[in-house]
Amino acid sequence: MIAELTKKDLIIEQLNALTFHAENEHFKTLRQAARTALADLEFPTSKTEYWKYTRLGKVTNKTYTAQSAATVDPTPFLIPGLDAHILVLVNGRFKAELSSFSSQPGVTVLALQEAKTASRTAFTKHFNQYTVQQGEIFMELNNAYHTDGIYLEVEKGIVAEKPYHVLNITTGNQNIVQPRNLIVSAPDSQIKLIESFVTIEAQESFTNSIAEFYVAENASVEYNKIQSFGPDNYQIATEQVYQESNSRFTVNTATFNGTLMRNNLNVEVNGTYCETNLGGLYLGKGKDHIDNHTVIDHKQPHCNSNEVYKGVLDDESTGVFNGKVFVRQDAQITNAFQQNNNILLSDNATVNSKPELEIYADDVKCSHGSTTGQIDDEAIFYLQSRGISKRNAINLMINAFAKDALEKITIEALEEYINTKIEARFTK
Amino acid sequence: MLQIKNLHAKVEDKEILKGINLEVKAGEVHAIMGPNGSGKSTLSSVLAGREAYEVTEGEVLFNGKDLLDLAPEERANEGVFLAFQYPVEIPGVSNINFLKTAINEKRDYNKQEPVSAKEFLSLVKEKSALVELDAKLANRSVNEGFSGGEKKRNEIFQMAMLEPKLSILDETDSGLDIDALKIVANGVNKLKSPENATIVITHYQRLLDYIVPDFVHVLYNGRIVKSGTKELALELEEKGYDWIKNELKV
Repeated sequence: MIAELTKKDLIIEQLNALTFHAENEHFKTLRQAARTALADLEFPTSKTEYWKYTRLGKVTNKTYTAQSAATVDPTPFLIPGLDAHILVLVNGRFKAELSSFSSQPGVTVLALQEAKTASRTAFTKHFNQYTVQQGEIFMELNNAYHTDGIYLEVEKGIVAEKPYHVLNITTGNQNIVQPRNLIVSAPDSQIKLIESFVTIEAQESFTNSIAEFYVAENASVEYNKIQSFGPDNYQIATEQVYQESNSRFTVNTATFNGTLMRNNLNVEVNGTYCETNLGGLYLGKGKDHIDNHTVIDHKQPHCNSNEVYKGVLDDESTGVFNGKVFVRQDAQITNAFQQNNNILLSDNATVNSKPELEIYADDVKCSHGSTTGQIDDEAIFYLQSRGISKRNAINLMINAFAKDALEKITIEALEEYINTKIEARFTK
Repeated sequence: MLQIKNLHAKVEDKEILKGINLEVKAGEVHAIMGPNGSGKSTLSSVLAGREAYEVTEGEVLFNGKDLLDLAPEERANEGVFLAFQYPVEIPGVSNINFLKTAINEKRDYNKQEPVSAKEFLSLVKEKSALVELDAKLANRSVNEGFSGGEKKRNEIFQMAMLEPKLSILDETDSGLDIDALKIVANGVNKLKSPENATIVITHYQRLLDYIVPDFVHVLYNGRIVKSGTKELALELEEKGYDWIKNELKV
């Protein structure tokens, strides 16, 4: 008897065409373990709580192929005025000839596949550590079939001089792209990154990305993610973060559009006196669907976390926010703040917002809040009465609303770039 | 400058203005007084272009142009300024950024170059001093966390920055103590010139001690029922609005 192939089987069948002969046994074993895990997993339906507000039909019903890297021009996607190392990935593969970066003593930059070959101790120790056996099908798909990505390692006490900009470009139709990054920051180190996801003439392509972060004692990592896909492309992006004592991790996620965008951001704070900042801004239009699921897991005492996600949804777009904060029994003296605010610009736009707190410790300060509203007409009239056109008045208001969501960005050129993108979006 | 002819307006099917006639010339200060519900604020809202109000009859000419045909921002850029009774708080939009945007839109409307940073800053310094507005407030979000007095001074500060031809002060005295009232009035008086005009809308005579009107009009039940000079305001203060009501019944 031949069992009918499921959607998952069909996708895996295509992915099995990928070969990873050059990898050593250790990394092959990791892939194999993920393949085994996949056998027991299926694509979630809206009955799965974690995916309740995001129907994956349009992603999982397609037949994808994992296409090889094309030659493209990355310059339109660079951030003006930013002095950064540029690392370009096309269709999930590192392209040295499109990248431009210099070396700094104490900072290791390698394509992921090179890092596997080089078998650096820190790499081997942390790679796949934070994505293993999570029971999540998309994570396992990437574990099993990721192509390439960036490995960044900052050694003890080293401050990375310039930010690293990882630029992911997807091309082609019904292309499945699975990039994967690992960032290891040793004790007392500091690094800033930007990762952007864009498309060039791509249609119905699916990016299933993972980034893992290990933040050692007293290290500081700032990760800024920009999602700016062309229409009819999908992304499920997962970030797994592990923080040791006295460390700081800041992530800012700016999503400018997306037929289906899902961000899974999971931060495990397993040290004392840590700081965790999560900022997010999502702008939906047309039939965009933008979903942010975040988890901050406070396991140790004396930590602070701040989370601010803001959404502006136009037309028939949908925003989903699910922010979960755990404060475990040992995590006394935790300060955890979370807020999600949304503006609906149209009667047909939707937001599903679900802030969640689970507190098992008794000496904590936690708050969460969620608001969804419209732009204040009285404020618009006030601005108009001073000679500002309605369009610019709305623009001013949206900028004001959006601003503090990404206020933890410390890269000035990036801040300007994002502000320009916001402005361009609402200047019709 | 401003000609209001037989203006009728309604809000949510309720007729509020029932035939207003008023002419304001350059250099003049007009006071419009009236009891609560007489239509004072409706008149200012209609002139500024608030959406909820529907003009059913009549016309308003501003320097010969049909004011009612213009969007609120066009009216502002033509030189109409409304000082709000309840200035709106706009979190996140800085006063400075807001004013710069407004000034540049006006300049663009008049086909002028944008204001230079230096020119703008010296304007801010000069004009904020006029209403004794703390320079720190200029950098804060528009009206956010301002006291009642600060909000009203901020209105006059904006007026000073935008240099309108016609200023309409809607109950600018409400909620002000006597010191703040003097500062606000002083600012308005300094901005007065033979080229511009002011309409002061108020319930009380008090403000008119400081901003002395050339003409006083009494608005009652959607119409101007009595006009006179500043003495009318004093008489009104003394005899109360019932005097007008009784006179109308006779």
